[in-house]
Amino acid sequence: MTPPAIISITPVLASLVSLLAVIPIILLGRRSNLREGTSFVAGIVKFGLIASMLPTIMAGSTIEYTLWEIIPNLAIAFRVDALGMIFGLVASSLWIITTLYSIGYMRGLKEHAQTRFFSYFAVSLAATVGVAFAANLFTLFLFYEMLSLATYPLVTHHQDKEARSGGRTYLTYLLTASILFVLPSLIYIFIKTGGGLDFVAGGFLEGRIGGTEALVLLLLLTFGFAKAGIMPLHSWLPAAMVAPTPVSALLHAVAVVKVGVFCILRVYSGVFGIEFLSDLNLGVIVTWIAAFTVVVSSLIALTQDNLKRRLAFSTIGQLSYIVLGMALLTPKGVTGSMMHIAMHAWGKITLFFCAGAIFQATGKKYISEMVGIGKRMPVTMAAFFIGSLSVIGIPLAGGFWSKIYLLWGTVEDGQYAMLAVLLISSLLNAAYFFPIAFRAFFCKPEDSLFEAKVEEAHPCAVVALSLTAVVTMFLFIYPEPFFALADAAAQHLMNL
Amino acid sequence: MIDQAPAIVLLAPFLTAVLVVLVGMKYERACFPLVLLGLSFSVAAAVQTILQVVEAGTLRYYMGGWPPPFGIEFRIDGLNALVALTVSTVALISAVYSKNRVPEENGDKISIYYTLLLLVVTGLLGMVLTGDAFNLYVLLEVSALTSYALIAMGTRRATVAAFKYAIIGTIGASFYLLGVGYLYIKTGSLNMFDIHEVLVAEDLHRSTTVLVAFILITVGVWIKMAFFPLHAWLPNSYTFAPTTTSCLLGPLVTKVMVYVMIRMMLTVFDPVYTFVQLNWGDIVVWMAVIAILVGSLSALAQTDLRRMLAFLIVAEVGYMVGGVWLANTAGLVGAIYHLIADVFMTLCVFLFAGIVFAKTGKREITATHGLFAKMPLTMAGLAVGALSLIGIPPTAGFFSKWYLIQGGMASGHWGYVVALLISSLAMAVLFFRIFEYALFGVKPAEGHGDHHAGDQGKFSEASASILLPLMGTASLVLLIGIFNQSIVSIITDFLVQFNLADPMFR
Repeated sequence: MTPPAIISITPVLASLVSLLAVIPIILLGRRSNLREGTSFVAGIVKFGLIASMLPTIMAGSTIEYTLWEIIPNLAIAFRVDALGMIFGLVASSLWIITTLYSIGYMRGLKEHAQTRFFSYFAVSLAATVGVAFAANLFTLFLFYEMLSLATYPLVTHHQDKEARSGGRTYLTYLLTASILFVLPSLIYIFIKTGGGLDFVAGGFLEGRIGGTEALVLLLLLTFGFAKAGIMPLHSWLPAAMVAPTPVSALLHAVAVVKVGVFCILRVYSGVFGIEFLSDLNLGVIVTWIAAFTVVVSSLIALTQDNLKRRLAFSTIGQLSYIVLGMALLTPKGVTGSMMHIAMHAWGKITLFFCAGAIFQATGKKYISEMVGIGKRMPVTMAAFFIGSLSVIGIPLAGGFWSKIYLLWGTVEDGQYAMLAVLLISSLLNAAYFFPIAFRAFFCKPEDSLFEAKVEEAHPCAVVALSLTAVVTMFLFIYPEPFFALADAAAQHLMNL
Repeated sequence: MIDQAPAIVLLAPFLTAVLVVLVGMKYERACFPLVLLGLSFSVAAAVQTILQVVEAGTLRYYMGGWPPPFGIEFRIDGLNALVALTVSTVALISAVYSKNRVPEENGDKISIYYTLLLLVVTGLLGMVLTGDAFNLYVLLEVSALTSYALIAMGTRRATVAAFKYAIIGTIGASFYLLGVGYLYIKTGSLNMFDIHEVLVAEDLHRSTTVLVAFILITVGVWIKMAFFPLHAWLPNSYTFAPTTTSCLLGPLVTKVMVYVMIRMMLTVFDPVYTFVQLNWGDIVVWMAVIAILVGSLSALAQTDLRRMLAFLIVAEVGYMVGGVWLANTAGLVGAIYHLIADVFMTLCVFLFAGIVFAKTGKREITATHGLFAKMPLTMAGLAVGALSLIGIPPTAGFFSKWYLIQGGMASGHWGYVVALLISSLAMAVLFFRIFEYALFGVKPAEGHGDHHAGDQGKFSEASASILLPLMGTASLVLLIGIFNQSIVSIITDFLVQFNLADPMFR
């Protein structure tokens, strides 16, 4: 039997702290060191608050807090469980490192409007943690929309023509999908259930809706959370790459996109319930949709010469791994899916940090211009290699574990087609990542486009990317915290 | 004094109007403080009234002590207490906004302008408070005639627009009067509650005369609220009027007419008659769907900022008419809540348009060019209003959409649900176009690194008298959203008496 839930305001504070940090960030706008200091303090406090809840969650309990009943029978409420904890930990810890990286990147490039940048970054993090700790579908939606809007000024940071069109694509996809698909589903579920919408392990829709309704709602909600980048609603992610790299790194490899898959995981596990989905045999449909995205996005990634775009398509594929793992509806698949949220985050953010560092130090964006860059930026390229190991899922990096679990999940239920898809995708991942690192280090001296003189990016950026690379490797040796949480979450959700 | 609160709501602006015209002849500068004072009294009395209603239920107030059905009765329940408070608050906010705008735009007629402004407010408040169907007509004409004048004081084209409005408006009012006349023939009464009693007691709901009366009143009210396709008078009137006029009339006139429609349908004719016996719900909701789509899509085609907002009003009227005719509790709650929420959202965006006009002298949407850098607070105010119109939580507009969609789903009107969602997207396009101009300029720079271009302009925020009303309205939009439960509970208390949960309403 699980211990009773604890009532505590900590999850609210964890979300709110970065929102409140916006005020000092704006007030200290002209004094950039103090301003970034505020971001650090807020990040550390946020991480501390979330980490302080870890022991309770590990003990199998949950932390709840109801803020406000905003519509009859529908409250803005927070609830921390193992799944939310994984995401909250990843997002808040990476925010601290990204702040460090941002300082290097933004100052190195002498970007304009840095106060605006750091303010909206803080707002985005408040929304992300809000999603992680949302207790019901309504609260989840609230923070989901907040995140879409708060990231718009970050995506369009450069305020030029390219940024405008990128921003347009970004908002069009995200807002259209959420207003057209998620909002009506939400209200429909609300009518059908008469309120609540609280996530329950095992779901609350069983017996309240029929098979066809379930299928329609499932598709609406899967595609409606377009942040998950499931094809064909993925084009916003490459478009969002016009943003400064710290934004692409934290938001479009971790926070925003993971919010999308997180919402989908929540809906599958907490609204429909895994048993209900597997009774209706709906998981299969989703696995095929996700499998399509996995393979096609990897193929597209092969053709991209712009490094950030290649990473973006890689992210689209990896996000669908997470959805696919969940949709397998097997214990190991679900565990792997949740672990992948964390493992992919650390690996991919390292890759983005490297891409940004290269741009900041050399102004290069295209892979074809990076031949021999390993001689010039050895630390960065080494980190890049580690990051790609993790994303491909090869030992010595954390991504290996989540991939093993995903593969195990397919075998568990005899879904060998999915096993094949995951293996093919891994090969494709290797095919689009290894040549970059290989040509950076091992090219003929006459082909090299760089002088053999070490000249790295801004020190803050280098420290940040080394840190994430080290953690990525560390997670191979010690995946315990995320593994334990994912395992506990899966046990709980599947009523094992 | 407190017992007289319902009368003070109405009399404060009326008596101030008389005072302003007298004092204004000699001391023009005294007009503005007087207007503020009068409207503040009105707001205070409206607050007092709503508190009393919430505490003690329906209030009955006999004008001059004459009992109904001979005297004029104010019967104030949750519905009109809410709407009256909304009207007086908006009047006060627009009055604050007018401080420098009226001298600038209508410098030669300050005292006349303020007198008319107060009279129009009196008329609107009276329509909301009165319990007498004929009295409502009189006040309708009071507000209409003054609003024609208020509109005509705008640019040259405003004169034509006001003339068109005068013709169409008078036709609408005549329809209404004719309908009331028919009712009077059949029931011998003009008191709304009395009419209802007689209609039920003598089983007059089967009478063709009553049917004709209902049609006349409904069509008359639809003309006055610009329900598509009867909306032709609206866009130009609000586009070319003085900015204070559009801030006052844009949000209020159509909404007050929606209130009159709800009052007539529920209190005078009885919901069983309007929803069950006539059974026109489907047709009217489809008409509303068309209104929503036409309004939203026409707004997309506009280049003039206020004209774009005017078409949004047409769409919003569709929201409310549709919501009411869904004939279920959620739909009606949504429509009434939207009535209140939309007043403030519309006010928010019209105030923004006014500020842009005041600062740049331009009316086009492109005038918002680079405003995020120049006027960040103003843009923040617009952002709240715009997000509310789009329907992003936790602004008021999200919750009205929530209830309306809930109503649409509950009665299976999927066309209405889809229309609301499409309209949300259209509004998103409209307002993000403005945000883009404000953020990137009309022609953004090519390529990276050009963002220090000189045309971004320096920080130059609007003056306090026009900025504060916008900030206040924006915070109200948020508050109405966050505290929507307390408003909704007043509305549901009001709706309980009609027993809409009864299965006969589907």
